[in-house]
Amino acid sequence: MGKMAHAHSDDSYYVPHGTKWPIIGSIGLTTAAAGFSNYLNGHNAGFTVMFGGLLIITYMMYRWFGQVIQESEDGYYNDQVDVSFRMGMGWFIFSEVMFFAAFFGALFYARALSLPWLLGEGDGVLTNIYLWPLFDEGWPSNGPADLGGDFQTIPAWGLPAINTLVLLASGVTVTFAHWALKKDNRKGLIAWLTATIILGYFFVYLQATEYLHAYNDLNLTMESGIYGSTFFMLTGFHGFHVTMGATMLLVILVRAIKGHFTSQKHFAFEGVAWYWHFVDVVWLGLFIFVYWI
Amino acid sequence: MSEAVAHDIHDDHGHGPEKGLMRWVYTTNHKDIGTLYLLFSLAMFIFGGAMAMIIRAELFQPGMQLVDPHFFNQMTTMHALIMVFGAVMPAFVGLANWLIPMMIGAPDMALPRMNNWSFWILPFAFALMSATLFMEGGAPAAGWTMYAPLVLQTGDAFPFLIFAIHLLGISSVMGAINIIATIMNMRAPGMTLMKMPLFVWTWFITAYLLIAVMPVFAGAVTMLLTDKFFGTAFFSAAGGGDPVLYQHIFWFFGHPEVYIMILPAFGIISAIIPTFARKPLFGYSSMVYATASIAFLSFVVWAHHMFTVGMPLAGELFFMYATMMIAVPTGVKIFNWVSTMWKGAMTFETPMLFALAFVVLFTIGGFSGLMLAITPVDFQYHDTYFVVAHFHYVLVTGAVYSIIAAAYYWMPKWTGHMYNETAGKIHFWWSTISVNVLFFPQHFLGLAGMPRRIPDYSVQFADWNMVSSIGGFAFGLAQIYFCWIVYKTIKGGEKATDQVWEGATGLEFENLPSPVPYHSFTTAPQIR
Repeated sequence: MGKMAHAHSDDSYYVPHGTKWPIIGSIGLTTAAAGFSNYLNGHNAGFTVMFGGLLIITYMMYRWFGQVIQESEDGYYNDQVDVSFRMGMGWFIFSEVMFFAAFFGALFYARALSLPWLLGEGDGVLTNIYLWPLFDEGWPSNGPADLGGDFQTIPAWGLPAINTLVLLASGVTVTFAHWALKKDNRKGLIAWLTATIILGYFFVYLQATEYLHAYNDLNLTMESGIYGSTFFMLTGFHGFHVTMGATMLLVILVRAIKGHFTSQKHFAFEGVAWYWHFVDVVWLGLFIFVYWI
Repeated sequence: MSEAVAHDIHDDHGHGPEKGLMRWVYTTNHKDIGTLYLLFSLAMFIFGGAMAMIIRAELFQPGMQLVDPHFFNQMTTMHALIMVFGAVMPAFVGLANWLIPMMIGAPDMALPRMNNWSFWILPFAFALMSATLFMEGGAPAAGWTMYAPLVLQTGDAFPFLIFAIHLLGISSVMGAINIIATIMNMRAPGMTLMKMPLFVWTWFITAYLLIAVMPVFAGAVTMLLTDKFFGTAFFSAAGGGDPVLYQHIFWFFGHPEVYIMILPAFGIISAIIPTFARKPLFGYSSMVYATASIAFLSFVVWAHHMFTVGMPLAGELFFMYATMMIAVPTGVKIFNWVSTMWKGAMTFETPMLFALAFVVLFTIGGFSGLMLAITPVDFQYHDTYFVVAHFHYVLVTGAVYSIIAAAYYWMPKWTGHMYNETAGKIHFWWSTISVNVLFFPQHFLGLAGMPRRIPDYSVQFADWNMVSSIGGFAFGLAQIYFCWIVYKTIKGGEKATDQVWEGATGLEFENLPSPVPYHSFTTAPQIR
């Protein structure tokens, strides 16, 4: 457990001897899941339990990553370990892409197939005539039952366009931070990283105002049929990922201030930068397919 | 053998397993974690099997005897969820953990701490899922496919089911990432990709399937959750969504998922048959390409699970032909195994018997799959016992048989003890006769029109149901006997040689003693 006193030679792959963080993480996940489930089933105390579980998960992540960072600083990780980390992060991001793919798939299916069928296209003629004879509205739609009542959408070339600029700019600043890091320019690294984080949280702030606007002024809610479902689930999960990414960048900033990275060895920075570009690319998909066309 | 082993000791001297129970909780050792996975899988196999016994007991006769219909539906649903996610998948991950590092000459898995977490999520996820049996409204009863809108009627169990699946997904994705990183980054020098044992190859490809589809599954069940609790309308036509959308997303996950449960089995069979035929595997590279082709095709055939749902004709045709194409690479594999045995010096120890039964019985399951792939005839077979017979042939006499074969084949290597060969043979014949008595008549029942997932049936189905149930009880009992054999082998038995089997090849047999030391290949072995 914990750090081993003896040195590991450079050429041997570091295999830690025991860890208690996974089991604590499992307890946290299970507590959060059971608490949230009970809350959804109408037991309000479940919310507190869920919060307790999330605290356990946060503590676990803090300590687990803390241990890994310490081992990294102590020189336990050779180049081969570094490659494992890179592959781990890369394929993790791929799995995230597939998670978003499910929701994009739902969006495309609704727009290209299920809505036209409800409107009577192709084999849907009788569906339309007998089940929803008065239904004739195309995308954006809350369905033939007009779920949630009339709503307006958010125009692409207002706040969403500004958000696009904010996120694209943050992709540029994180690259400037990387260039600074590669030149061992710590001041530049810290400055550009700070700019990236501010842009990231600013994006989240703008998203929040957009949500408030949608709920308060446009009557666009989660319950606005398939449009509201896809809109809020896609942008909501994306916003959550931006928040996580910005928090990860914050950790990297603290580590940069502590002087952790060198121009040669800074996988943690790169991994988080990849993640940042990933949320950026997902946003472009959102901007085009959810807001724009 | 000896040089590699001698080197292994130097660095980790004094780092044997920790003492006491916490060894298993804190462990980062791939062998410990493999053992945990395999024992957990065996426990879930018995747990899910007990539910199957309840199902077969109720179906022993027409009429309602033992359980009420709602509980019957809970049993069919939970049986499937537990067998798929608790028995078969963890067993393969356990085998991957035990074998891949040894087969490629690695000191351990690439990310050992995450490896621990991949396992230790599972018992918690199944605790959440199993707890639903005692909740208001009972356990999930809408079938393991959880089709909307039916599944949205689930009682208090619903959110627990969804979150249990999220946890299982996290576990699977972490496990898959670990396997990919291990295979890509941890191979001993000289272990080129095309020298890897086929078990490593098949798992490599399986891991990609897992990473690609488990998140999609997580997305699908998340939509179910928000449809039930947060007012979204993904699967509600009234809101512009579509219940069929759920089926598309689910089966986009579900079809690759069934290959996740069979590709590692192909790897196991490709290891066992050459050993007991005493010939190298016929067509190694074609096996690799066939596996990759099956994996690729698995992404474009999902809608053959939903031919009767009302798809456009072009869709039905596309999915029919794409599905039938899978028979080509699968046939390549079957013929390669048969060619490996051709003129081989064969002996028939228990692992070989299970492997041979796999080849024959999996092929039967494959043929019934081809029948189901034909859209017009599927309209008759859909949701009948013919489908039940089909997927139990590919999953029980396919996936489960390969896992049992693997257990007999590698247990001497893991424990240092030979199992009792007579007991193994009894287990084989007992299982193989009873499993066919169990599942073969279900083809007849399905063709005669008996629907699946029902607790009662018309009297003309009575005879074959009784036969099937008798086979089921016998098969269940045989697996209890298997547990006893495993227990006796762990506890003692004849000492296994280092090579274990006369014809065995590969690093784990040729470069490591039996039982394998706690740490193997701290120094990479030389690959010829």
